[in-house]
Amino acid sequence: MAAQYKTIVRDGLWENNGVLAMLLGLCPTMAMTTSATNGLGMGLATAVVMAASNLLVSVFRSRITQEVRIPVYILIVAAMVTLVDLCMNAWMHELYKVLGLFIPLIVSNCLPLARLESFASKEPPMQSLMDGIFMGIGFTLALTAIGAVREITGTGTLFADASLLLGPAFHFMEMRFLPADSGILMMILPPGGFLVAGLMVVGKRMLDVRAGKAIQMGGAHSAA
Amino acid sequence: MKQHRMLVHGVILGVFCLGFGLMLAVTDRVTAEDISARSLEDRLNSLSQVIPESIHDNNLVTDAIAMKNEQGNEITVYRATKEGKVTGVAYEIFGSGYAGKIKLMLGVDAQGKVLGVRVLAHKETPGLGDKIEVKKGDWILRFTGLSLGNPLPDKWKVKKDGGQFDQFAGATITPRGVVGAIRTGLEFFAANKAQLIDFNAQKAPMKEGH
Repeated sequence: MAAQYKTIVRDGLWENNGVLAMLLGLCPTMAMTTSATNGLGMGLATAVVMAASNLLVSVFRSRITQEVRIPVYILIVAAMVTLVDLCMNAWMHELYKVLGLFIPLIVSNCLPLARLESFASKEPPMQSLMDGIFMGIGFTLALTAIGAVREITGTGTLFADASLLLGPAFHFMEMRFLPADSGILMMILPPGGFLVAGLMVVGKRMLDVRAGKAIQMGGAHSAA
Repeated sequence: MKQHRMLVHGVILGVFCLGFGLMLAVTDRVTAEDISARSLEDRLNSLSQVIPESIHDNNLVTDAIAMKNEQGNEITVYRATKEGKVTGVAYEIFGSGYAGKIKLMLGVDAQGKVLGVRVLAHKETPGLGDKIEVKKGDWILRFTGLSLGNPLPDKWKVKKDGGQFDQFAGATITPRGVVGAIRTGLEFFAANKAQLIDFNAQKAPMKEGH
């Protein structure tokens, strides 16, 4: 049992990382990694949605027939997203002002859908919940890392406005590496996103090769 | 047999839709009050940046009138009043930027002088056009105190167009849109001054959200 959870954790965070291994969810990845804080916020919101929808699909998995599963999955993801959107708007309004625009985008992220189809529809609720959480955290880590590289090179700061997202106690995270207006603008524009994400995928594969692992080709079909 | 299966699928889908629909309806009901309170706070916040506290003793959000702007769109004009006189007004203005509309809030005093301008929403390029936001630069603050006669109307342009306002390095379209929006906003004030500063003007019905 414990070994199974260990695999889930390792898969979510590294081996089968949503962005770096499966290359899923690239739309929010490109759009939201202009800064580390944005990447972190988007990642966390996605993780919440993934955990909730994985759990729900797993609980109802014997009731959902093969033929209607896709609409039901989309319905569940969309309902969870709307729920998060409404609750954040009402009770975490400062955070909502930063993230609000991007929360509806989670519906169009194919990573939650891929996990529902390839994991939650087959596995028991507890495992599915864990898978949702750790896939979500893996997604968050990848987004934050890409955001950090783009932010440092593009604007010269790191975790700017993190206190808006996480609360005033996190003011210490906000750092500046380069003087204002000296960053490479391209890095925070779309080309920079593709560049950094691509380099990170390469970096992960090089580490895997060095560790002597077989390299899986990306794509949802290779997801366990 | 086949028809029966089809029915089963339909029922399953229907039950899920009903269940989650109900859940969302309940959530909407529970959060509605808090959400409208937050949006009211937001509006008060953006208004307090363009209308100084000292010139009014009323509630800016409830003291609003509805008017038509030069494009024929209905806009809400928030009015600052003090001791029975209108001391200033604030309304939304729109400029066309590099990547769509730029929405701003313009505050004008009773003489037609700019009290303040703030960007409410825009889609300009981060790092280039977003210097119009007050937290990214003080460019937008230079409009405070200006009016239609100061500078003269043909100087209400960015420098590239022969006016007196700086553009940013690498971005001309964004500042051009903002300057244009403010000029149009001030012209709207000039054209409707009588109604705008008439203390007894018809109040707008309160609208939810924005």
